[in-house]
Amino acid sequence: MARAVVVRNLRRTYGEVVAVDDVSFHVDEGEIFGIIGPNGSGKTTTVECLQGLRSRSGGEVEVLGLDPGSHGTQVRQLIGSQLQESNLPDRIKVWEALDLFASRSRSAVDWRELAERWGLTGKLNAVFASLSGGQQQRLFVALALVNAPRLVFLDEMTTGLDPSARRLAWELIAAVREHGATVVLVTHFMDEAEALCDRIAVFHRGRVAALDTPGGLVAAHGGDSRVIFSTGEGDLSWLGSVPCVDGVARRGRRIEVSGHGAVLAHTAAALGARGIYPADLHFERPTLEDAFLNLVGGHGGQ
Amino acid sequence: MRATPKLTWIEMKLFFREPMALIFSFAFPFFVMFILAGVFGNEIDTEDPESLEVWRGVGPADYYVPAYVGIVMASMGLISLPLRLATYRERGVLRRFRAAGFPAGAIIISQVAVALGIAAVGAIAITVSSTLFYGTQAPEMPLATLGAWLLGAGAFAAIGIFLGAILPTARTAQGGGLILFFMMMFISGGGPPRGVLTTSMRTLSDFLPLTHVVLMLQETWLGYGWDTRASLITVAFFVCTAAAGLFRFRWG
Repeated sequence: MARAVVVRNLRRTYGEVVAVDDVSFHVDEGEIFGIIGPNGSGKTTTVECLQGLRSRSGGEVEVLGLDPGSHGTQVRQLIGSQLQESNLPDRIKVWEALDLFASRSRSAVDWRELAERWGLTGKLNAVFASLSGGQQQRLFVALALVNAPRLVFLDEMTTGLDPSARRLAWELIAAVREHGATVVLVTHFMDEAEALCDRIAVFHRGRVAALDTPGGLVAAHGGDSRVIFSTGEGDLSWLGSVPCVDGVARRGRRIEVSGHGAVLAHTAAALGARGIYPADLHFERPTLEDAFLNLVGGHGGQ
Repeated sequence: MRATPKLTWIEMKLFFREPMALIFSFAFPFFVMFILAGVFGNEIDTEDPESLEVWRGVGPADYYVPAYVGIVMASMGLISLPLRLATYRERGVLRRFRAAGFPAGAIIISQVAVALGIAAVGAIAITVSSTLFYGTQAPEMPLATLGAWLLGAGAFAAIGIFLGAILPTARTAQGGGLILFFMMMFISGGGPPRGVLTTSMRTLSDFLPLTHVVLMLQETWLGYGWDTRASLITVAFFVCTAAAGLFRFRWG
């Protein structure tokens, strides 16, 4: 498969501070590649190096076959980009922004169609500052796509949005890929990464702590699944010898059985065999958030 | 690149949507000039040598027209251009433009083009309206006046890029720009004539670019010739601030 991005041993230091330390990964064409990590873990620095917005202290980077360090403007005209903390002039009109951003590329799509697709047709004459947060996001996505990019960088585009606007943004991101672009998505929302990404790199202290599919990360780093129920039964030590069970913890009437694989079926069968049928029996599978907290140690890590 | 003319056109439209810049570029210089012309009129007492010297041999309104043509440039270069650049940097507009692949040249060229356009519109408006209301004279040496205008406007555009590069936030650009603007306006020709300034004020005004731009404009406008010293000083301001501004230009 062709590769949209190749990063080898990327390093970026600020004086004594190492922001990015020996990061390597690649992004295949057509995938949504997620980058997650605590604040200060080097996500944004890495993405800025990929767009040639920041110089690198070491390593090699290839974006659509070009080195963004020496061909920054060229790379930026080929890609789409939604950066953190970047804005438009307050009084620029929606159509003016679309027209302006389309003018930098020969291969630009018709911005009127793009406005239609992103639901901006009714707002073409509105000024930027008068748009709602969701409308501004849609405009930003449309601007990132108006040059028909093969690769789009989206850095924390849902931060600060309310839950319904976030869901809408997810649909936008999925739609970007449907239209054939590769997406690099930086986020600190685990549900977002889990729902959207094909593969995820977990950044921690300037390094890639893990890189896998969401399911692979959860399986390798999420820890045990848990079967939870309540019972008045006194002695449950026999649960420890049920297949797939790794441990049993008790808090008053509440029992937590941790285990792997088919632990739920085995535990339920064993309980039933002893005539115990708890009404609140339920199963908790580890999520990407559990895997993330296990990987980065659970307390940020500035 | 088609983006530069498009960006220039949009920046021009944005200028006219921004009340603060509009007021300081047009309304304010007009207002002050018409107060001054209204108070002093355009008559000169040819028997009074002191008055002849202070007003440089012409009526006060004639004296002030070239000065206010210069002041429109100063408001553009000291207030609106740095404020625009600093606001764009602070709010991340430059960051977005850069990430979209706009080269630095497109940003600077569009800003300078708008600034020169505004200064030209202001100059024409002041010249025409004062001719209509006070019967002031047209430039005696039109080509030389045009040359002086281009040099002065270029210098203030460069000063604007420089201030926009070194003033970190919109707040400092607005404050710093207004202080520089009022200081220059009052002692570089827009307030009391140079002839009545105290020695220390005159010394201070010699260090201000507007003083020399106004001198260049007045000399050619009133037909006294080309002021080589003032034009060389203006060129020096242009070269130094343009070089420093381009060197210090930052996106974020």
